[in-house]
Amino acid sequence: MLAACFLIIPLVTAIIIGLAPSRAARWIGLLGGLATLGWGIVFAILYPYWSQVPVEGGELAQYWPTEDTWNIVPLFGIELELGVNSVSLLLVLLTCLFAPLTVTASFTAITERVKEFYIWLMIMTASVLGVFIARDVITFYTCFEVSLIPGFFLVAIYGGPDRREASFKFFIYTFVGSIVMLAGLVYVVMEFAAYEGGWLPETNGGVNVWDIDALVTFARSFLTPTEQAWVLLSLMIGFAVKVPLWPLHTWLPLAHNQAPTAGSVNFAAVILKLGAYGVYRFVIPMVPEAVVEWAPFIALLAVIGIIYTALVCWAQTDIKKLIAYSSISHMGFCMLGLFALNPIGAQGGILYMITHGLSSGALFICIGLMYERHHVKDLDRIGGLFKTMPVWSFFMLVFTFVAVGLPGLAGFVSEFLCLLGTFIASDPTTGGYPGMLGPWFGIIAGSGLILGAIYMLYMVGRLLFGPEQIPEHTESHEGHRLPTDLNLREILTLAPIAIICFFIGIYPTPILKALEPASEHMLTGYPAAIAAHNATADAEDSKTTTIDGQTMSFVTND
Amino acid sequence: MEFSQKLILIAPEILLFCGAVVVAVLGLSNSRGIRRAVPFVTALFLAGAVVGTVYVYRNEDALQASGLLFPRLGLFIKCLIGVAGIGLVALGTGTIDRTFENAVAAGRARFDPLRVIRGEYHAFFLLSIVGVMLICNATDLIWLFLALELSSLPTYVMVALSRSSRRASESAIKYFFLGAMSAGLFLYGFALLYGATGTLGFLEMRDVLTTMHQSPEGLPAIAILGMTLALLGIGFKIAAVPMHFYAPDVYEGAANHMTGFLSIVPKVAGMIAIIMLCGTFGWAEHVTFSPEGTEMIQEGLPAPVTAVLWMVAVLTMTLGNIGALLQTSIKRIAAYSGISHSGYMLIGVIAGTENGIDAVLFYLVAYAIGTLALFGVLSGLSRAGHEVESLEDLAGLWRRRPRMAAALALAAGSFVGLPPLLGFWGKLFIFIAGVESGHIVLVTIAAVNSAISAWYYLHIAGVPIVKMTTPRSEALTPQPNGSPRVVACVAGLALLIVPIFSRNIYTFARSSMRYGELTLPVEDATALVDPDTKKTPGPEEDPPEED
Repeated sequence: MLAACFLIIPLVTAIIIGLAPSRAARWIGLLGGLATLGWGIVFAILYPYWSQVPVEGGELAQYWPTEDTWNIVPLFGIELELGVNSVSLLLVLLTCLFAPLTVTASFTAITERVKEFYIWLMIMTASVLGVFIARDVITFYTCFEVSLIPGFFLVAIYGGPDRREASFKFFIYTFVGSIVMLAGLVYVVMEFAAYEGGWLPETNGGVNVWDIDALVTFARSFLTPTEQAWVLLSLMIGFAVKVPLWPLHTWLPLAHNQAPTAGSVNFAAVILKLGAYGVYRFVIPMVPEAVVEWAPFIALLAVIGIIYTALVCWAQTDIKKLIAYSSISHMGFCMLGLFALNPIGAQGGILYMITHGLSSGALFICIGLMYERHHVKDLDRIGGLFKTMPVWSFFMLVFTFVAVGLPGLAGFVSEFLCLLGTFIASDPTTGGYPGMLGPWFGIIAGSGLILGAIYMLYMVGRLLFGPEQIPEHTESHEGHRLPTDLNLREILTLAPIAIICFFIGIYPTPILKALEPASEHMLTGYPAAIAAHNATADAEDSKTTTIDGQTMSFVTND
Repeated sequence: MEFSQKLILIAPEILLFCGAVVVAVLGLSNSRGIRRAVPFVTALFLAGAVVGTVYVYRNEDALQASGLLFPRLGLFIKCLIGVAGIGLVALGTGTIDRTFENAVAAGRARFDPLRVIRGEYHAFFLLSIVGVMLICNATDLIWLFLALELSSLPTYVMVALSRSSRRASESAIKYFFLGAMSAGLFLYGFALLYGATGTLGFLEMRDVLTTMHQSPEGLPAIAILGMTLALLGIGFKIAAVPMHFYAPDVYEGAANHMTGFLSIVPKVAGMIAIIMLCGTFGWAEHVTFSPEGTEMIQEGLPAPVTAVLWMVAVLTMTLGNIGALLQTSIKRIAAYSGISHSGYMLIGVIAGTENGIDAVLFYLVAYAIGTLALFGVLSGLSRAGHEVESLEDLAGLWRRRPRMAAALALAAGSFVGLPPLLGFWGKLFIFIAGVESGHIVLVTIAAVNSAISAWYYLHIAGVPIVKMTTPRSEALTPQPNGSPRVVACVAGLALLIVPIFSRNIYTFARSSMRYGELTLPVEDATALVDPDTKKTPGPEEDPPEED
């Protein structure tokens, strides 16, 4: 029941909002969000495995709580299992953090169909939390799909002028991708069931064939390379849309740009993480041989995405669109870190999910607050806001720096680890985890970092310190009278995120320590797979790249 | 076998037949109250038939001696069609014959037994249901043909009666001629099968075909042609390509409640007929017994027949979905979506394994409930006295009738296969069965189709919730009679709740597919049959008046 509360609290809140009068909706939403956050904190304190040493190759008692299983749909042995490990708990905390913040960020912005808005927000929170706490394929897939529905309606009802196209594109892209993903997963489950001798626990000796961990362990050792390659393809189609990986990213700028503030925040902060989390949870541990084969290709897509979207950002004048594109660029780093296939990169990639969630979510909140005041988000029509909105400008600046990876802030740690992991991932001779990427990937992706600094600073420079340009207020837009600068509610929305960003930037050790066993668990079987891959490569081509090997061993020995 | 034992097995059908006579007479009564009671009496007879079925099928001896191909199949299908039938009666309550009834009540017209159609409609309704139920009891091709025709013939009349417009007559004519053609087609197939095997009985034919299949000469071409023609002809009932052309026009022309009927009852009938025929033609992995009592493993459907079914399945789901993409009328969308669902169900038939057929039966339940929800909404609403036609008519429904919009969204979500709704489980089981039997390409095509269908289902779910009320949809008002809306709400809720009991439905389906000679041990079988009464979900109770 402990984990199930993450679903129950937001859903009950949604029901209460539905029953209550609409002027109370936002307050109930806020209470529900705070309750979710509170439960997240309590849960994190209760969680016993923050620094567990992984058992080499063995089963990890990593998921907690262990007793959260329900046998409600026991057909084909399908059970609902809930539980978290340190990675998913961190993402749960991220989602919980944004549960109340999305409510406060839309306190005055939403004036029509208020009740439904907060209901959709709560359903969104519940479904995303469901993905993170799922331990079996069906729960995972169910929540993954259900999260589309509130996303669709948030954009379609409350979005900007192009909301129709944006919402449909968002839904169809992800739905198509996830059907393909489900097909791949069901195939693996079926192989597993055939191997164990039946679907039901009664016939196959108590194995739950839908359990993600058991499935991953099975797939890792028993699928042939060809099967692995097909499974990799199907899973990546599903997750790459969500991440998003170039060239499947085209739904994102539109959806982020057209969504209302809370929707954009949810998309950027948590929905994108579903894809990266899927890669962490399924793709990498499940099909090592295929991943080793294809990691350079996927990394290439990530690098292309980083550079291409950074250049696109440079040309944007619409601030919201700019931040949306920058999300694609940033998630590329996360993918690079994960596909570096070594613990450093993996920790970086996982941490990147958190820090990107914080920074991009906060940036969308900032833009939302500005838009609520001026109803403009075009760089050509607004600028020089520092004079009139100093507090807002401070926050904007902080989160921009987090996003570009200024040392001392959260973004730097994760970005650095991702790039470091990529950089050192080429050496086959050193012990540990020789990956398939290498310095070239690191160098080219690193240039994306510079581009990122350029476009973000250019944007924030014009917006905050450029020639002063504030559009006339049109009467039609004045629903609520807001002060020129932020009020207390808005400051309280942004301040917690800023504090967490500072904290992670200065003292990331506890989080990285917690991620260490999880990332090593994810990479079980990789040293062997890569060694085998390199051995066949060597056998085909006896000339090895000794120069690269020697230079790189220096770094990895550290 | 004793004739009386055979009669016991069709006691529920006999009851319904009596019911048809009773409601036909009641409908002629000059008392308004009695005429109003006709739908309730119909529903009562259906409920009685369901209870009777459950009772009759406990008679193990009769089942063992029945000589049926799938002795227990009837239990599942009759419960399903009975409960769905109650829902369909409720859809039509208050809409049939309303103009005439209003005229009589207002004194504009004198009561005239020749002009009142309520009784006829419900009598034909019951007869058609009897036809479907009798299909399950067919032991030979003649019976199958007669039962299929009994289920179809009344529907032609019902389409024409359903509303007093020319379009209804037009679609009835279309439906009748194409239906007659399809009947000719599968009757020709039956004749060829008789010529090839020299028998009409399913069990004997199966044994002859199995022997032929295993002989060095293989199956004669005439048998394969017969099988193909029979399956294609019956494809008309499930609106499978190439016999699907009638569906959009007929669905559009008929009244909404009648469209709901057309998309459930003939589809169940056709699906069962196809399952029984495929069982006769031989399915892979099914063990049967030769007359001497030795086990024979069936070879599976002959390759040409599988190939034809494969093509039909692919074309049906693809054309259905692409057709639906191009429509604006919600009834035409429903017609095309029904076509595509037949395609998905054919995957289970092609898979042919036990899992495949169970999945088809499960899918029928999911499909029937989803359709009830969809047409419950459509027949529960009217636009300035006319039927809801286009999707745009429903814009802004959420503001005014939130429950209707929610039911519509749930139905669409279930059709597209969004977890955790019932349709998702149906699709999952079908896909699992397909992949398990090695038809990966077919399942991939189905998955792609499922993704395509997301587009129009999303419109059905989205337009009522997202769009603001337009002047056109302003005129949307609820029908005076609330029972269709109750059906919509109950069915919508069922889509959400029934997945919890999906195991029971699946076990039920599995128990109903056992071969006659290969039945479970008796105590096991009763254990499976026992908890079934609550299993087929839907609006059980007579719908009370809403609002």
